[in-house]
Formats: sequence, C-alpha cells, structure tokens
Amino acid sequence: MRSEYKLIFERSHAGRKGYDLPKLDVPELDSLIPSDMQRTEDLKLPEIAEIDLVRHYTNLSRRNFGVDNGFYPLGSCTMKYNPKINEEMPALFSDLHPLLDGDMAQGALELMLDMDKALCEITGMDKFTLQPAAGAHGEYTGLMIIKAYHEMRQDTARNVIIVPDAAHGTNPASAVMAGFKTREIKSNPDGGVDLDALRAAVGPDVAGLMLTNPSTLGLFETNIKEIANIVHEAGGLLYYDGANLNAIMGIARPGDMGFDVVHLNLHKTFSTPHGGGGPGSGPVGVKKELIPYLPYPVVMSHHNGPAVLDYDRPLSIGKVKNFFGNFGVIVKAYAYILSLGGKGLREASENAVLNANYVFHHLKGIYGVPHDRICMHECVIEPGELLSLGVHTTDIAKALIDRGYHPMTIYFPLIVHEAMMIEPTESESRETLDEFIAAMRDIARVAKENPEALHEAPVNTPVGRPDEVMAARKPIVKYED
Amino acid sequence: MKSYVPNTESERLEMLNVIGLSSMDELFSDIPDALKLDRDLNIGDGMSEAELRRVFLEYAKKNSSLPIFRGAGAYRHYIPSVIPHLLSRSEFYTAYTPYQPEMSQGMLQSIFEYQTLMCRLTGLDVSNASVYDGATAAAEATLMMRDAKRKAKILLSLGLAPDVRATIKTYAHAAKIEIVEIPLDNTGRTDIEALRENANGFAGAIIANPNFYGNLEDMTLLTNTVHELGGLMTSYVNPISIGLIKRPGDYGADIAVGDAQPLGMPLMFGGPYCGFMCATQKLIRNLPGRIAGQTCDKDGNRVFVLTLQAREQHIRREKASSNICSNQMLCAIMASMYLSVMGPSGMREVANQNLQKAHYLAEGLSQIKGIKLRYENTPFFNEFVIDLDKDVIAVNAALKAKGYVGGLRLNYYGGNDNGMLICATEMNTREEIDGLLAALEEVMR
Amino acid sequence: MTPNDRYYTKDHEWILVEGNRAKIGISDHAQDALGDIVYVELPDMDATYDAGESFAVVESVKAVSQIYTAVGGRVVEINEALNDQPELINSDCYNQFIAVFEFENLNTNELLTAEQYEAFVSEG
Repeated sequence: MRSEYKLIFERSHAGRKGYDLPKLDVPELDSLIPSDMQRTEDLKLPEIAEIDLVRHYTNLSRRNFGVDNGFYPLGSCTMKYNPKINEEMPALFSDLHPLLDGDMAQGALELMLDMDKALCEITGMDKFTLQPAAGAHGEYTGLMIIKAYHEMRQDTARNVIIVPDAAHGTNPASAVMAGFKTREIKSNPDGGVDLDALRAAVGPDVAGLMLTNPSTLGLFETNIKEIANIVHEAGGLLYYDGANLNAIMGIARPGDMGFDVVHLNLHKTFSTPHGGGGPGSGPVGVKKELIPYLPYPVVMSHHNGPAVLDYDRPLSIGKVKNFFGNFGVIVKAYAYILSLGGKGLREASENAVLNANYVFHHLKGIYGVPHDRICMHECVIEPGELLSLGVHTTDIAKALIDRGYHPMTIYFPLIVHEAMMIEPTESESRETLDEFIAAMRDIARVAKENPEALHEAPVNTPVGRPDEVMAARKPIVKYED
Repeated sequence: MKSYVPNTESERLEMLNVIGLSSMDELFSDIPDALKLDRDLNIGDGMSEAELRRVFLEYAKKNSSLPIFRGAGAYRHYIPSVIPHLLSRSEFYTAYTPYQPEMSQGMLQSIFEYQTLMCRLTGLDVSNASVYDGATAAAEATLMMRDAKRKAKILLSLGLAPDVRATIKTYAHAAKIEIVEIPLDNTGRTDIEALRENANGFAGAIIANPNFYGNLEDMTLLTNTVHELGGLMTSYVNPISIGLIKRPGDYGADIAVGDAQPLGMPLMFGGPYCGFMCATQKLIRNLPGRIAGQTCDKDGNRVFVLTLQAREQHIRREKASSNICSNQMLCAIMASMYLSVMGPSGMREVANQNLQKAHYLAEGLSQIKGIKLRYENTPFFNEFVIDLDKDVIAVNAALKAKGYVGGLRLNYYGGNDNGMLICATEMNTREEIDGLLAALEEVMR
Repeated sequence: MTPNDRYYTKDHEWILVEGNRAKIGISDHAQDALGDIVYVELPDMDATYDAGESFAVVESVKAVSQIYTAVGGRVVEINEALNDQPELINSDCYNQFIAVFEFENLNTNELLTAEQYEAFVSEG
C-alpha cells in the first residue's frame, strides 16, 4: 500500500519527445535577437513521451481525493457536487480574446451582465463586479471600496475594520492588506456578535464591520438588523463575507439585512469546482451609492443597448487583476444558477441545512457540542470526553481518512477548543450521511477502547503522517538532480 | 428544473422527523420573519441540460471567431490535447486545497513539480504554488520588495501592461507605497537615465521583458543598474519567450513574475489564468501564497506537504504579509503539463516560431504604404507596434469587414495613441498572415 | 525551573540585564506552547525599538508568535545560531537569547520576578 511515486523529472529520457508543431511556414531568419540576450543552454525540462505524461498524471490523480471520490464535509468550504454539464460550457469561449472590441465579444459581455443581475437578485444588492479571482480577493476588493467611499467623503480618520474573533483568518489579513487596522470583538456565548462589545467598538475611526451570516459556528445572527443599525449610525459600512451563503439562498438576502458590500465564492455556493485550490471566483456586490467605486471596467448596458465595458470610472478603486475576472468560472456558475432557477436554489439551501442538522443530531450524543440548537448549513462539534483519553481532533480527522472520508475542517473556528466543523452540503444522500455518522461513532468507540490506535491513523493511505516539522525547518521546495 | 439533491421528498420528511421537525421552514426559525424573502427568486424556473446548452450556444454565437492578431497579455497558442484530457480527472478538479496530505499526495506532488518547473524556467531558486494572475503576481512582488528592503517606494517601467500597472497601483495605494513610473525612451525601452534619477530611497523596480509593446529590454544592464542603486529587481516575463532568451536568474533578477497563460491555458475571455512568482532563496519567507515542500513519513517515504504555513493568513491573521489563501491550482497544473510535454526542444521551437512569424508579419507590414514600425531598430519577440496614417478604429473596423481581427488599438484605455499593437504566434499560418497583409494593403490605400 | 536571575513578562519573554544591556528570550512555557519551533525571524543589527514593540517572530509549524521587547533600545547582538537551528529554543530556552538590546533607561515596574511569573503561568 505505502509507496513513493516518481517525479516527472525522474521519468525523463534524453531526446524523448511528447509534442509536435506544424512545420515553420515562413522563411527562417537568423540573428533576430541580439546574441547577448539569447539563452544558449537548453532549459532543464523533462523529456518525455505523451504516454509518460498520461500515466504520470493519471496515477497522480489516484493519489488524490475529490468530491467525486467521496464525502467531503469540509466546513466553510461548501464541497458540493460539481455538475458535469457546467464543466462543458466554458469551452464555447475558449478562443475568445479578452481585448476584442465589444461588438466582437457581445455574447461574453451579455453573459457577464446577466450573471451580474442574477447575483443581485440572489443577494439583494444593486451591482456586481466579477473581477476578483477568489474569496480573499473579493474581500480585498470590497474593503478597498469601503476605503474609497470614506476617502471620497473626506472621512479619512476611518481606518479601523471591526472583525469578530470567530471570523475566518482571511478577514483580518484582507483588512490589513487594504490598509486598515483591525479591532477584534469577542463573540457572545452563542457565537454571535456581542452587541455591547460592538457598541463599545464603533466610533469615528471605524470604517466598517466584516461579518459572515450564518456565523462560522453555523448559526444565524438573529440580531443582524440591530448590528447593521449600530454600525451605520456610527458612520461605518457593513461587509458580508459570503462564505456561508449556501445556507440562505432564496430564504434571506444580505442586501435586506443591511449589508452594503458582499463578496460571494462561486466555487462554494455556486458549485464551480475548487480545482485543488483554484481557480475560484469572488464577485463583489454593492449597494447603489457604492457603484462608482467598483473596479473598472464595469460591464453595463445603456437603455438596453449593447453590453459595453465602461473604463471611464473616475471614482473607481482601479483594477484588482488583469482583464475582467475568471470568466470560465463565471460561466460554470451561471450555468448552475440557470439550471436550478429560483426554486432550485432555495431547495439546495433547505437541504444543505437539513443535512447539517441531521448529522448534528446524531453526533450530539457522541461528541461534545458547544452550541446545542438548530444550526444552519454546518455544525461545530468538539472531541468532548475523548480529550481526556488523549484523543485530539487531528486523530479523529486522520481516522476518518482511513474510513474513506475527507475530514471536516479542524481547529476552526478558533473560539471553540479543538473544533470540528462539518458541512455536508445538499449533495449528499441520507445513506451517505448515515454511513458517515456510523464512522464517527466507530471512531469514538475505538478512542475509548484503544486510543493508541488512533494516533497511528491513517494506515490505509499511500503515505503516513508526514513530518511537517522537518519540512518547515529545512524547506525543500524543488527537485534537484 | 434540474436538481442535484439526491434525497426524495419522503426521505427529506423522514429526516426532518428524526430531528424532531415537521417542515423545512422550521429549520429557519432563527431568521426573523421580517428578513425572510416572501417570494421566489426571480431567476427563472430552472432548465434541463438540453435547454441550458441552447442558451449558452446563443451567447457563444454572438462572439467573433475570426482569426486574431492580438496579444497584449493574452496569447493564442496551441494547447496539446493531452492537457485538457488529463485535466478532466475529477480527483484533481473536485478536490480542495491539500490540507490533508495523506489523501492529497497527487495534488501536492503536482505543486512540487510545478514549483520545480517554474524555477527551471526562470532560473531562480524558489517558486510558490501560483497566484491569481500576472497582474496580482506583480502586485505581490511590490509588497515583497517593500518588506525585504523595508522601503516604501517602487519604480515601475511604463513597459508593463496597463492592467498590470493599474493593479499594482491599487495594491500600492492601500499599502501606502509610493509608485514612480519610469518612461520608455524613443527605442520603446525603459529609460535607464530616468530610472537612475528616481532611484533614491527605492526598494526595487519592476520591468517587463518583452515589454507591453513587444520590445526586448536590455535586462542585464537594467538589473545591474538596479542592484548598483541598492534595489531589488523584479522581472515580468512572457514564459514562452524564455524558449529563446535569457532567464531572469541568468541576469541576476531577484524576483520573476508573469502570467503562465501562454503555457497551455485557453484565452477564455481573460481568465482563469495563472500568476507565477519565483525568487531567490534569500526571499523565500517573503514569498506569499502556498508552497509545497518535501519531507518524509515515519516509514521514510518521500512525502509532500504544504509548508512554511506560518507565513500565511490562516495562522498570522492580521500579521500576514498577504491575504491570499488559494492559488490557481488547476491552471498551474496546465502549465506543468505544457512544460513537461514540450520539453527543452519544444519550448525552443515554439518560441522560435513566434519570433519568425511576428518578424515575417512585421516585414510585410513595413512594405505597406501608410504603415510604419514604431520601434524599427529595437529587437522584439512576438508582437510590436505599428503607426498608421489612418484612424486605428476605422482600420480595425475595415479589417473586421474583411474577416480579420487586427491588432489592439493603443487608445483602448482612452488617450490618443493612434498606434496598433500587433501579434503573431505559431497559431497564425502564413496564409492567414498573407491574408491580413493583403486586407491591410487595401484598407490603407 | 524558572531561573531567578532575570525578569519575565506576561507575554512570556525573559529579560536578563547585564549593565546597560538586556538579553531577551522566551520562557519554557512559551516554547512548550508553541511546540516544535521551525523558524525565528531575527531583528536587524542596530535596529532600534521602543519598549513594547515587536522585534522578532517565532514560528512553529502551525502557530506564530510575536516577540516583544520590554526594553527600549538598540539591537547590539543577535543569536545567529537560531537561523540554522531554531530548535535550540525548544531544547535550551533560557540559554538561547534572541537578541541583546543596549538601553538607556530600564523600567522594571511592569516586569515580573521568576516567582511572580510562575504564579502568573499557573493561574492560566
């Protein structure tokens, strides 16, 4: 079972070739590049045949686990099924150059405009930019918009973003990258925003509050209207981290809750594949008064005329990346939205929440629970009494791997000791959930009978637990031959 | 309506009953009634696959499929069939970040190979697992140089693409970094005297090669100059050009960034692409984003993990140097596959075809009355600027009527530059080039 | 045992004063809480810091800790051995300083003795 796997460089044979190109059909000239700019030695790249590449990556893929392999309840990441039809749609746009004149790319621009409208309807916002490439990039963009808004009003003392202690680590990192200081506020015992702490934290230096709702504990922030009032009355804006939107599509909208800026993760909520860590897409939606600050160019249509790219945006924060965003990802997400329609999106959210509560209900008696109430699309549990047996969250996660599951998110949120955050998504059937619950029950049993066995996990994988200390102390980050 | 929820109505009801509820609505009792949407979302009733295909085909039909002579940061190259086929392995594309190394060795080894390939391509010591695109890679390099030198001033060559400069400026504004733009001289290359004059107190410079106008810069001289002035050198490169020209590491650059799109990624109306970032060993801790490293498991097997994670946002939170928490993994794998299948000879051959075709096109254009190469004596790679006697917008419109997408008008961002940035790659056949030349001959008459 | 020849802070640094110089390192409690230390970001020689400022960073695989100086002054020595062997802090934290500061004034009001520090740690 245990095995190393050769690197592509270890498969190289001098002179072997895996490509072909048409013969050069124009006269070949010498000395087009001055000799002191030319590279004389060959690049040290692998020399392999096509079949070498095919076997290499096919076998590498077998040493990897995706949603198509099995249950992947990674909390906060919404690892739902990625429908295959969506994967085929971007090919229609493969050869479309981004800098064509608008009349030659009318279909692509219209699609972006239609996606913008759909996202506005789903979130209750007034306009979206599709430019940001990922959630963190969306956060950064949204915060830059908040910064530009205050700067335009000469309200330049506002340099603080309030972040709850339960927030994703990206939130404070994005705030700092956007040039803000962060002010952390403690959560109340329910994991929600402590209103008194918030009242004490707002003031003339506060630019805004970043919040995800449902919270990272998977609980709906019931005081959201009051939170919005407190922040707005103090002159700040409210930022919605869309990581957890999968709980509320068609049920409630951030725009109606008082949020001014929203980012979405198309690769979570709208079912585009995570791709092993990208490409994602992180569109940002804003309320009307913030539209002038969106990154340029903005896709728009005047009086239902042709879709155009507007570069003339004097108040814009500028650009946050090349061109207009991860268009291929946007196409897939739009295909998902059109497939499901309004009712289908609501059905997805309802079942995501149902599945989470079903799992939570069954795990309650076996593991510790920080908050015993109806959760939204994800639930948080703790090792509970297993901790006293020396069994930690890591051990439980690794034991799940042996049983054929991808572990849940572990050690997050930080405000729960040894947290395990489970997000089943709507894609999973009841029997998958039942089998997972049985596996979790079995792990708890083993923990009590033979805790040592869990420290050895995983054993059914191509490699065992890696020595991460060695990797970090003496980093080897490339192959040397 | 299409649904991807497997559970039937009756299974859902049973599950609700198990948890002591009788309706879906009760799951949402925490949400105040006033906030609940009292209607269906107005985004249609859903569609079958067949209907969906028709809708997307309608969008696609409204786009041009004419032969193009346009680059400017996004290039049409041949993508070997093996790449999209292998990329469709859903063990890769339906996975998330390899946080559990025991079940993610495929992805982690792929990152490690990508890093190695990019180091060999750029001639530098270390690479990250990629960032969003070339523009954000350049923006992150700006922050890296600031942190490494603890100086908040960066010089940008005006030879960087407008989008790249604009993105850097957005990031620099937030980070309170002073950006000074260095103009080009009349050969279309970074003005080295202007660079010297503005270097006081700078952390480093970012210079594109080939630059946005296609011109090859004297990177050895520029790098030596930047180093003499005490700064770090970031080189923004087109990876295909390295098939022929010196690598950033060969001329001593400290950081190399760029967009890996030409390495096997389709144009796709601008994304997803892939930003690469490589640096000298000294700068490894300043490198943002994910990095895979090699280690062992307890049986001594070679194993790959994400490493140096303490630099990253999920641990450092507000102290992190970047907020990035993903990479463009699938795109990075495309680049890896491209470099692996092309190998040393393929990279040289594809680069040479680009060079030769662009020069054949340039030679033809220079014969047309009313067209002049703007930087006649400057070496270029696969694109270059021409000046026209006629209005560039009118010329492109006339070309479109004759079935060609001409070069990019340089006033697309506004301004009044009547030039055209024109590109040829290995994808433009001689027949196509001759056709464009004939069409332009008529248009310019 | 917590050596009683030096001061401690509530951020778990120790400060050993020798004339107008202060050696600063981290306590046994701190190294234990961090776990296997993989990297120490040392300050530059001659850099100056105010009291209370962060001057170094200690990283383990999955945690990171800022190290603060309780003494304002100039860095006159750094422990370069930590560049190659950051694990020295794990094995011998009280003999492995991170940096030495030269100071003009030292305010010990906020600092803890070994006994006070042990009491502080055991209170949790």
